[in-house]
Amino acid sequence: MNVAVTQLSAALGQRVEVVALAAAICVLIFELVRRKHLMEKYAILWLVAGVTVLVLALWKGLLTTLSHAAGIYYPPAALFAVAFLFVLVMLVHFSVAVSRLSDQNKILAQRLALLQQRLEQQSDDVPPQADRASEPQDERSRTS
Amino acid sequence: MNRNLAIVPSYNEAEAIGATVASLRRWAPEFDVLVVDDGSVDRTAERAGEAGAMVLRLPYNLGIGGAVQCGYIYAQEHDYEVAVQVDGDGQHDPRHIHSLLGLLRDDPTLNMVTGSRFLDPGADGYRSSAVRRVGIRLFARVVSLITGQRVTDPTSGFRMTDRSGIELFARDYPRDYPEVEAILLMHAHRLRSREIAVVMAPRLTGKSAISSTQSVYYMVKVLLALFVAMFRTRPIKEGTPPPAGERVT
Repeated sequence: MNVAVTQLSAALGQRVEVVALAAAICVLIFELVRRKHLMEKYAILWLVAGVTVLVLALWKGLLTTLSHAAGIYYPPAALFAVAFLFVLVMLVHFSVAVSRLSDQNKILAQRLALLQQRLEQQSDDVPPQADRASEPQDERSRTS
Repeated sequence: MNRNLAIVPSYNEAEAIGATVASLRRWAPEFDVLVVDDGSVDRTAERAGEAGAMVLRLPYNLGIGGAVQCGYIYAQEHDYEVAVQVDGDGQHDPRHIHSLLGLLRDDPTLNMVTGSRFLDPGADGYRSSAVRRVGIRLFARVVSLITGQRVTDPTSGFRMTDRSGIELFARDYPRDYPEVEAILLMHAHRLRSREIAVVMAPRLTGKSAISSTQSVYYMVKVLLALFVAMFRTRPIKEGTPPPAGERVT
């Protein structure tokens, strides 16, 4: 009986730590969104991760049931597999986001260089008043 | 204003750019000269302007692909009919521009002409280092295989395109080490290209965009890009917007 009590308290103690960790993740993400350091779009995935950890910590036996159902007889292995997959998906997601940002960045830099050249040329060889009339139409034909 | 544009990408070439621009103006007077300063930290843009070129100043270094594409966007928006790419470091002799233009004009089905260092085996001139030649030969093999026509110098940046080439490259151009991929891009859009023999000089100043430590990355990146490019859909005809998968990241 003594053994059972120590086991129980150890399990409880660990659960308290895991619950605290999950809560900390959720609070951190919430705080980052509140301060506008993190967009909701990216926060959702992290919140899902935090809530998952929280549920697994509170709902005793869920992890064991799920991993057994999946044919994995060592529940922590199932947890690691899911966590690893999650991190992998997040990293690919970020690589895609970085690629897109870099592409948009390139386009901005090019547009800036082209606009700057046009401005410099205008101030060089055309008096600004004479040029103003033709400019809006010019602009429209280029953007169409 | 001319209907032809020389696009000169340059990065920290303050010492050579003046001579390059002057030589272009002397040997190819029917071309407007546009220097694309790819975020140089020296006085490249000022020197180019003093020599009489138009200058696009990129706010930071985009790499050769982004700089060249900026030139093509300029050509597209200012209705140029022909664009030729010339390196800012003096490697490409502007005296060859006439032969490139002649070939492009003679054959109306031709959309791009590339100056090749290897087409004429008897010619002298600069042909890169031995190690790089191995890489160039490998790319030449792969590109020839994919396009079904003989390509001897796929890394040459000395090339001239007509209006459809300008429009294609203004819309879509590879980001780093673009030359090899650009050939396949032309092929994918059913535009025809050919090579013409030229002699190149070793670069006068500055250093190559590709250091020896980057060569391995260069090889792997370009081979991956070539492999992926084979699985993109080929648009039926030029002028239609490219499918979503065509975008370059």
